Amino acid sequence: MPISSRALAVSALALLLAACGGKKSETTPAPAAEEPVVNVYNWSDYIDTTVLEDFTKETGIKVNYDVFDSNELLQTKLLSGKSGYDVVVPSGSFLEKQIQAGVFQKLDKSKLPNLANIDPAIQTATAKHDPGNEHAVTYFWGTSGVGYNIDKVKAAMPNAPVDSFAMFYDPKVIANFKKCGVTILDAPDEVVATVLLYLGREPMSEKAEDLAAVEKVLLSIRPFVREIKSSGYLDDLANGEICVALGWSGDVGQGKSRAEEAGKGVKLQYNIPKEGAIQFFDMLAVPADAPHVGNAHKFIDFMLRKDVAVKNTNFVTFASPNAAARDAINPEITGDPSIYPTPEVAAKLSPNLARSQEYTRELTRVWTRFKTGK
Amino acid sequence: MAARGLRLGRLLVIGVPMGWLLLFFLAPFLIDFKISLSEVRLAIPPYAPLLEWADGKLVAMHLQLTNYRYLFTDSLYVSAYGYSLQVAAVSTLLCLLLGYPMALGIARAEPARRNLLLMLVILPFWTSFLLRVYAWMGLLRNNGLINNFLLWAGVIDTPIQMMQTDFAVYLGIVYSYLPFMILPLYTNLEKHDGTLLEAAADLGAKPLAAFLRVTLPLSVPGILAGALLVFIPVVGEYVIPTLLGRPDQLMIGRVLSDEFFANRDWPVASAVAMMMLVLLVVPIVAFQRLQNNAAHAR
Repeated sequence: MPISSRALAVSALALLLAACGGKKSETTPAPAAEEPVVNVYNWSDYIDTTVLEDFTKETGIKVNYDVFDSNELLQTKLLSGKSGYDVVVPSGSFLEKQIQAGVFQKLDKSKLPNLANIDPAIQTATAKHDPGNEHAVTYFWGTSGVGYNIDKVKAAMPNAPVDSFAMFYDPKVIANFKKCGVTILDAPDEVVATVLLYLGREPMSEKAEDLAAVEKVLLSIRPFVREIKSSGYLDDLANGEICVALGWSGDVGQGKSRAEEAGKGVKLQYNIPKEGAIQFFDMLAVPADAPHVGNAHKFIDFMLRKDVAVKNTNFVTFASPNAAARDAINPEITGDPSIYPTPEVAAKLSPNLARSQEYTRELTRVWTRFKTGK
Repeated sequence: MAARGLRLGRLLVIGVPMGWLLLFFLAPFLIDFKISLSEVRLAIPPYAPLLEWADGKLVAMHLQLTNYRYLFTDSLYVSAYGYSLQVAAVSTLLCLLLGYPMALGIARAEPARRNLLLMLVILPFWTSFLLRVYAWMGLLRNNGLINNFLLWAGVIDTPIQMMQTDFAVYLGIVYSYLPFMILPLYTNLEKHDGTLLEAAADLGAKPLAAFLRVTLPLSVPGILAGALLVFIPVVGEYVIPTLLGRPDQLMIGRVLSDEFFANRDWPVASAVAMMMLVLLVVPIVAFQRLQNNAAHAR
């Protein structure tokens, strides 16, 4: 049908012109002619998608939304240059290195009035990754800890220390769960830091003796670990394939709901270990070569708005840094100490800082030996 | 005039694939080789330039052979290469044992049914490769279809651990790559002259002897083509061993991705890739020589 397709093309062109015209008349002093598009690259299952529709409705800016599931993947795209993304969401320790590599531009804070909503304590914490909070704003934060199937753990070990890293790092304890299945996150720096916490050592230590001690622990528990992975463990927990996972906090809320969907009566729980935990911050940032810088700022500011933060938090069940939104969030989330820890527990959280290139290499060797059990 | 036209035509015919190879094989190869000789650093892109220029003059050249040396200092790389070759060799053999009778069966079927049978071989490609591997995960896992059925039927009392085993890796690979063995074998077998077998029978050969002395030798080019089509991609296979395999036995594809993503070390990752290419070039050259020898023999 050649006629109708040509008609379609013409009307599309007309629409495009109209859209451009409309935009110009709305924002009179348009700085540079930026097309009404913003390209966003975020973690999977990490937004209430109706928020994107609301953004387009209010600003006329179309959102191209794309997702990833590992920091390493995002980093590789960013370090290749010209990723084409306007807003990306790396975690703090990765962001820290990426800032040094010149990946991000400084945010124009005059365009982010809703920045005032962010909890100053969170800003202080993330300044360790991003000095002066110049390049990024926290989107959500969380911890890594013990996720487990209540009934299966009780059956395998009645007095299991479910509030401790001993669940994973004490061979006598983890041996009990070999049969029902254990997974560990495939996040080398983060997991090594949790072993150091368990050993009562400085979690960000780069000392060779500390790494050697970690390796000893990891190799001793290797026979009892079924898989080392960062995605998919949620489903495994939810359908009873495994019974204990070293996992990320907010994922459990989603795991619980998936278990309910499956309807097999699987009950899941997440605990922040008593030894402390590693705290991660996922941060909104704008690449230095972003094609739509103005729209990127509009998008970030929208995410920081109180009502939007409430909507997102209720959906993703991670902790929001948005202080203004806190009272309006579903109390089941804000009241859950595994998501919003009590001040005593919060004091024991340490951020996951970036390590040196030399240490990363040593760490990866240890990690590979752990994975291969050699 | 006609001769010139012919020459131009030849040039075009050769030029197109040559251009293709230059653009999509040689250029990436050289870029990869260049990166493998450079030094890692924190920047975009995350490696140091090989050549430093100032005022249009070459100031310094930084060649790092350390990345290659590094591959031999840790047993990890050698053992991963070894395991990859082992998996590729065993899978190729299994594909051949399974694929040969199937190809022969299709080639000897009535012409009207051949297309249907070929269709059945190709049919799995209509679904995404990744989806099919995920389907195997659903079948093989402890809580999966097979174990649940066996438990229900009372054949076993505890689930058989099939995921994260060599068995699962071989099953996944053989399943996924079998068509690549069958199709070239079929093209070869289908062209065989049936009268040769009749002649063999007339001269007193039993069917088995006729197969061993006529069909099998004639099908060697098909076997070699199919074996290469399976062997080469399996050496670098990443998805199947990652999803179905043992975490304690790494194939080179996984090692490469760890260097690239986890270590942020593009130079070493490139060196691993170059070494893999060297490993693959050897069988290709061997194949070429075999084919040449076969051509001369005729």
